[in-house]
Amino acid sequence: MTKIKTFPLGGIHPNKYKITTDSPIIFAGLPETVYIPVKQHIGAPAKILVKPGDKVKVGTLLADADGIVSADVHSSVSGEVLKVEAIEGEFGYVEDMITIKVEGDGFEPSIDRSLDIDREIPYTAEEIIAKIREAGIVGMGGAGYPTPVKTSIPEGKKVDTLILNGIECEPFLTADDRLMVEKGEQIIIGAKILNKILGIQNAIIAIDENKPKAIEVLSKITKTYVGVNVQVCATKYPQGGEKQLITAITGREVPSGKLPADAGCLVQNVGTVFAIYEAVMKNKPLFERVVTVSGDACLHPANYLVRIGTPASYLLEKAGGITPQTAQVVFGGPMMGTSAFNINAPITKITSGLLLLSDKISAKHHEEDCIRCGKCAEGCPMGLQPFLIGRLMRAGQIDEVKNTRVLDCIECGCCSYVCPSRIPLLDYCKLAKIELKKKK
Amino acid sequence: MDDTVLLSVLVLGGIAIVSAIVLYLVSRKFAIAEDVKIVEIDALLPQANCGGCGKAGCHDFAQACAFVDEKGFAGLYCPVGGQQVMDQIAALRGFAKVEKKPTAAVLRCNGTCQNAPLKVSYDHITSCRIAARISSGQTGCPTGCLRLGDCIKVCKFGALSMNKETGIPIIDHNKCTSCGACVRMCPRGLFEIRPKTENGEMLYVACRNTQKGAIARKNCKAACIACQKCTKVNAEVKVENNLSYIPDTVSAEEFGQALREACPTGAIIYTKEEKNND
Repeated sequence: MTKIKTFPLGGIHPNKYKITTDSPIIFAGLPETVYIPVKQHIGAPAKILVKPGDKVKVGTLLADADGIVSADVHSSVSGEVLKVEAIEGEFGYVEDMITIKVEGDGFEPSIDRSLDIDREIPYTAEEIIAKIREAGIVGMGGAGYPTPVKTSIPEGKKVDTLILNGIECEPFLTADDRLMVEKGEQIIIGAKILNKILGIQNAIIAIDENKPKAIEVLSKITKTYVGVNVQVCATKYPQGGEKQLITAITGREVPSGKLPADAGCLVQNVGTVFAIYEAVMKNKPLFERVVTVSGDACLHPANYLVRIGTPASYLLEKAGGITPQTAQVVFGGPMMGTSAFNINAPITKITSGLLLLSDKISAKHHEEDCIRCGKCAEGCPMGLQPFLIGRLMRAGQIDEVKNTRVLDCIECGCCSYVCPSRIPLLDYCKLAKIELKKKK
Repeated sequence: MDDTVLLSVLVLGGIAIVSAIVLYLVSRKFAIAEDVKIVEIDALLPQANCGGCGKAGCHDFAQACAFVDEKGFAGLYCPVGGQQVMDQIAALRGFAKVEKKPTAAVLRCNGTCQNAPLKVSYDHITSCRIAARISSGQTGCPTGCLRLGDCIKVCKFGALSMNKETGIPIIDHNKCTSCGACVRMCPRGLFEIRPKTENGEMLYVACRNTQKGAIARKNCKAACIACQKCTKVNAEVKVENNLSYIPDTVSAEEFGQALREACPTGAIIYTKEEKNND
């Protein structure tokens, strides 16, 4: 094993709370109804193809990608389409969703449901991209950028390093961790599939130190696959950030405002790579994902394999319900996730966790004055100066904010986390980004 | 000892006098002759520098007024100074007076604490722009007032204040100068500059929710449900996208009372204020 790597600037060490590391992925079961949003990705919402009364099976195409930056949406259950209308999502904003009443569990015949691992890749690069597109795969780490767009490298740029992101630096979340332990070989075949698209022979699986089991399993399997290596990274937040990971592993830096391809890298989340394997080798569209249900107020934390569109309340019920000490329900991780407005909102392709947090973790504290300790600047992994951005935004000096490079902010929340005066610096950074984008 | 004091007074005083003379000469030599018209117009302006006229500030507006022709002058208006100031500028330039109807900002939301009770609690920084990014707000209405008062902070004339009982801002139409700062600030776009009659009457639909009636009513009792009743009072009232809109051409004096009574939810607001006599 080679040296443990990490990114040079900033970063923090929050409590890990990885309660569910050893709980195997279990199937969450089928809810009575699912609500499938037509926009679970960055880009244009998909065009709806079904109407109320239609019978669908697992894997039936419900909505077609509208344009290049968009993704197909498939049915995750079999049954009858009840409604196609705007329903309140996790943030309270209404989104177009397809409501399906679950009847049985019939799959589309094209889906290969066998558990055998297919190791030979008989397809060409174009065929693979077409299959990924048809399966509606998007980045499952949280951003939801359509994968076919990300893997099609623009002309004139050359990618020489493929990095599989198995860091999962957010506290509580263990979905990717368990996936690596249980589906390690499939992920590596997924990496080989991506290699074929990129025309390269190597892949690096980045895993952070606090996942010894995943490191052990994958190191063992990679011995039989030429070109695929495991790289252990230090446990530090936000090690899993795309730019941080590239710097840690290759020593290169993604230029400000540019894409990873400009640094010759492609980073894919291991969950996405597993979905790519299933799409290409098993003809399986993206209709389920692993979700960690956890939190310090959660009775039975576990990793669930969840059909997309399952209401969050159904999962919470499975995990012991909402306990009296619950103060917040969070979609995603505690650092970057958002407090839910509506717990009946569905799990989407990008929901990696569902957390029940008590007041002990989630309470807001009174904001004090800045004491100029500089901890936020030390903690910022992008080398920004959050205290300055906060001050300028409070004073409303938007023209000045432009010079602070705030558009490079990855919204990891390190600044708010370390601030001893509990100034909501991240919010000011987000506000600055909104204002600057509005001005453009 | 005395010598030192005297000496320093003399030396410093001398430097001061010499510098004053130099500065005076330089300022005379390099003085930029500003058009008298600009100076005169600038003196008339309120110097609020609010940007409500669309220019960078009062001086910029004065410059625009000083060099514009009669046709272009009709397009310029200082919302703060109002008709009085514009008439004075017109007289100064020798142009005919341009009549501008009085306007004021209105809040197109009636999601008060009574109409739209809180559904979730928000304990983040008090900024509507942040709140709008995180969720649809405490009331659940995706287009409603967020009640955090970004508009109040941005109003330079004290026309906006938060009503503690209703939770939404109230606008003092006598103080409002229609500068449009609140229109630009509100992340939900709830403010609109609307005409005000001579008696201070205003008529508008206090809702921007385009959801279907039943969904909108779940969050707010005062939501527009697009029942079309207002269109029967006046055919000019348009209902599009599940939302009614009263165009400027509908007279508040004539139809205000009838429209307000026709609306079953109370989304149409018709206000009459005592005229400000000073």
